[in-house]
Amino acid sequence: MSGAIEPERGPSDAAEPRGRSPADGQSVVTVNGTPRTVPAGATAHDMVVALGLAGRPLAVEIDGRVVPRARLAGCMLESGSVIEIVTLVGGG
Amino acid sequence: MAVGPVPVVDAALADRPLRVAGLTLASRLVVGTGKYPSMASMVRCLEAAGADCVTVAVRRERLVTAAGENILEFLDPARYTLLPNTAGCYSADDAVRVARLGRELLRDLGNPGAEWVKLEVLGDPKTLLPDPVGTLEATARLVADGFAVLVYTSDDPVVARRLKAAGAASVMPAGSPIGSGQGILNPANLRICLEFLKGDDPDYPVIVDAGVGTASDVAAAMELGVDGVLLNTAIALAAEPERMAHAMRAACFAGRQAFLAGRIPRRLYASASSPVEGVIGTPRRAE
Repeated sequence: MSGAIEPERGPSDAAEPRGRSPADGQSVVTVNGTPRTVPAGATAHDMVVALGLAGRPLAVEIDGRVVPRARLAGCMLESGSVIEIVTLVGGG
Repeated sequence: MAVGPVPVVDAALADRPLRVAGLTLASRLVVGTGKYPSMASMVRCLEAAGADCVTVAVRRERLVTAAGENILEFLDPARYTLLPNTAGCYSADDAVRVARLGRELLRDLGNPGAEWVKLEVLGDPKTLLPDPVGTLEATARLVADGFAVLVYTSDDPVVARRLKAAGAASVMPAGSPIGSGQGILNPANLRICLEFLKGDDPDYPVIVDAGVGTASDVAAAMELGVDGVLLNTAIALAAEPERMAHAMRAACFAGRQAFLAGRIPRRLYASASSPVEGVIGTPRRAE
């Protein structure tokens, strides 16, 4: 599954008109503001792994709800989901 | 280097630690982790400041470029209580979301700060002044959700009282705008805040959050009787951050001890320290 999650092509790519339906067997989700295609049936854990973030300190919110790390593997992504992946940074 | 205040000669003069929301902090100086020249500089400054509680921000993980070094590689969660903030939020909704994400991050780390949040709901990007309505709403919602809310607010005593009534674990009035270095602009308001918040509840923690420019600002705040000072920029952007961190630690100690000691009243006229009797030469009487 790793590597199968790719950014959706942007509007500047003339070969791919915007707003196309995802191919069969794929869903489009929004991760940190950017549309990405994921294989149908991918879980939140799969996505974290595919993004190279496994093992890093992070928290995941899907459609406005925090999903605890222990539940990421059981959380199936749905087309249209809005996902935020955050970490801690320096701040006052 | 030791955590907490400057050591005292006689243990009887030692200060009691700061207690906030059931946790004990050795240091009354809470230090931010932003804007340092480097992570290594941040680590040295936190040590020099004697801090055992530090603030952190919650931000999107970078997905385009390869994720780089993480601040948690430099901050030992076993050593520091991490206080996640909601900096940059302009609505109660956003602040509640960020607080919940911060809690999840810190629970994962087993850090005692997991149930804490430094709540900021901003009202204006130029002054970074708080939105009192959004701040009050977010405080109530986060308290209902089980958070210990340490809330950034202005030095308005009435708002401060409302935030405490809403269940805030600590009210944290700003001395002046965030990062402005203007110090304590309205000590009279802070004194009224202290009276409103601690009058019948002396152990209620009040922390000055924001505005400090230099060491004397920290001392001045502590001398008013606040329980702690939270600062970031004044250390991180000083010409020599580590030296300034030392200065802040000493100033926090000095101001706290001066408050506990009880200052003399201000008088308009002088009061000689040496005996007025037995002076040789020609005495002079006041006219």
